[in-house]
Amino acid sequence: MSGPSDPDGQGPPRAPRGTRESAAPGLSEEPELSEEPEGAGRPEGAERPEERGTASEAYRVPRQAAASDLSPLSGPHPPEVPRQADAYDAPDVSRRAEAFGASRRPDAPSGRPRPGPPRASEPLDHTVLKSLLGAWALAACSAEETAAVEAHLTDCAPCADEALRLRDAVGLLHSEDSLDLDPELRAQVLEGCLESRPARIPLPVWAAPFDAETARLDALLRDMAGDEWRAPVRLRWFDGRRETDRETTVAGILGHLLAVDGLVAAGLGLPDPLPDGALRVEHDAGPQARTELYWALDRAAPHTPAARRPWREQSHAMIRDVSFLTAAEAEGPEAAGGAADTAGAADTAETSARTRLVSYGGFSLPLPDAFLDRAFECWKHAQDIAEAVDYPYGPPVAAHLTPLVDLAARQLPGALAARRRAGLAPPPRGLAPAGAPGRTLHLEVEGDGGGDWYLPLDSPGARAGPEETVAHVALDSLEFCQLAAGHVPPLEAAAGQDGDRDAIRDVLFAAASLSRM
Amino acid sequence: MQQRLERGEAAALGELYDRFASLVHSLAHRVLDDDEASDHATRDVFAYIWQNPHSFDPREGPMRSWIAALTQRTATSRLRRLQRSDGPCSPEEAERIEEQVRAAATAARADYIVTSMPSSLRAALELAYFQRRDYRQAADTLGVTEDEARRRLRLGLQLLSSAMTRPAMAPPGPRGRR
Repeated sequence: MSGPSDPDGQGPPRAPRGTRESAAPGLSEEPELSEEPEGAGRPEGAERPEERGTASEAYRVPRQAAASDLSPLSGPHPPEVPRQADAYDAPDVSRRAEAFGASRRPDAPSGRPRPGPPRASEPLDHTVLKSLLGAWALAACSAEETAAVEAHLTDCAPCADEALRLRDAVGLLHSEDSLDLDPELRAQVLEGCLESRPARIPLPVWAAPFDAETARLDALLRDMAGDEWRAPVRLRWFDGRRETDRETTVAGILGHLLAVDGLVAAGLGLPDPLPDGALRVEHDAGPQARTELYWALDRAAPHTPAARRPWREQSHAMIRDVSFLTAAEAEGPEAAGGAADTAGAADTAETSARTRLVSYGGFSLPLPDAFLDRAFECWKHAQDIAEAVDYPYGPPVAAHLTPLVDLAARQLPGALAARRRAGLAPPPRGLAPAGAPGRTLHLEVEGDGGGDWYLPLDSPGARAGPEETVAHVALDSLEFCQLAAGHVPPLEAAAGQDGDRDAIRDVLFAAASLSRM
Repeated sequence: MQQRLERGEAAALGELYDRFASLVHSLAHRVLDDDEASDHATRDVFAYIWQNPHSFDPREGPMRSWIAALTQRTATSRLRRLQRSDGPCSPEEAERIEEQVRAAATAARADYIVTSMPSSLRAALELAYFQRRDYRQAADTLGVTEDEARRRLRLGLQLLSSAMTRPAMAPPGPRGRR
């Protein structure tokens, strides 16, 4: 294989071109640099001797050759050397280029195996050195090879030319994937678009949190480096009696999300991510059973970034299909009469969507609630992943937090009744017939997405209201979400409490019991 | 995708954003060198696509290249607008801005080259650059010989270097300045 600057690929270096003459002094400096005592003249003293021979320093030399502008480059101060990235004025490239500067991997030289046998005693020939130029430009060869390449560049003009070009090309490498975009920007951009041209097939409002949260998790995954995919991630939930956890990986979490989202996907008529065979064994499997099945099938590739794609494709497909479904229902029978009444049409669509139930194995949720539930799970598991790889990860925007908090609050009376049926909570104090006023707990959630909920304590069907309140619990919305995710033990939740202790205890436990694997 | 956008599917708009937002934002940032201005340019680009999905012609190339070119134009005109609103500027300043625009065009070409090069080359560059593997580790990961890993790194960079229209031996120009 031949480089463009060396078409014959072999043989002695061609005669240096004109400008190379002026390069000679620069090139001859290199050995001197490597012999310099450690830390001399180095800002911050960050460099270690073995890092001297990195491509960026050597890069300086061919650059000089090219630039024939030697004056600012004569001192051994790599940080002052104009780098490729500077020319392109792109912070993300500069950031990347930092990584290639003299201080690249200050912590890593020992982690980088240097198995390279080539010592000075057995010099590498031109062909081998030329083949190393790409690796050299990327600072991806051993210290010995780096030194050999750099020595070679001082007397081989074609290689020095190519080295320069390849080193410049490295400056052009950037990853759009590495860019950390503000998640709020997505909402702003989409909103701006939809104002200028309203969607004919809009997203149902209750699917918007799922849309935003899956996009946010996807952006986090994009930013993750390969080895971060192997980081252990802890799944935590409250099993009714105590906190439980389970260790998995990032890919394991995505498999879990994929398998449980699959309940909703299948309800929309999308293919189930679990094969028929697996489901025949375990009919109507709930979230945990489905996850275990998926993990068992997926054992071959549990740690790889490949887990991202099926999860993302399914979530996109769910958003697409649910939009079509509700759009069709909004245009349903009445649409002929009142097509202009879009708000009315949306209500009709929501009412009709609420009649569609998604089975979770032991229980079911109306389709809109299932989408909120999946958004909540996506957020919480994204948080688990972010924690494991030490990335910051904020809460959903306030507009999306509201329905998520509301879903959890609405589910509390049912969860309390389920705990009683399972013998995990004491029986109700009295019988409250459906519709009759009964003892009430006032749940006050503060902060974004907060509000007041009056929860019937004796029976989910009883009428709850301020005048029947026997207890008051106040807590922050994010703390409430942590509790409902099983990430905070019920008795340790930072909640202001007032009134009937037992009722408060029952409700806090019921909140934690909303969590699942 | 284009049909779905024409049909007015909000879900398609979301997918479009998820696929191209970081491309658009990073290219805009190369031109504008400012977060807020790049956010605005990103909004403009997506609004344009959403309002004019039919203006993309698949016969002229992939959607990604069309969007990259659109971003270049949008960001460049925003830069010039910002520049005009700052009043007359010195020749050095004007030259600096032109250089910024040229550099961004180079970056867009580089992006196109990286996305259209054979995936074997891209994977090798990815390992060496972003994952910071040396070529031996890269060879190991890719299941190829060390010679092959070196070849791929070199060839990948050679392809990439063709994005630079400026000849390698050209005078430094404003490159060395900042």
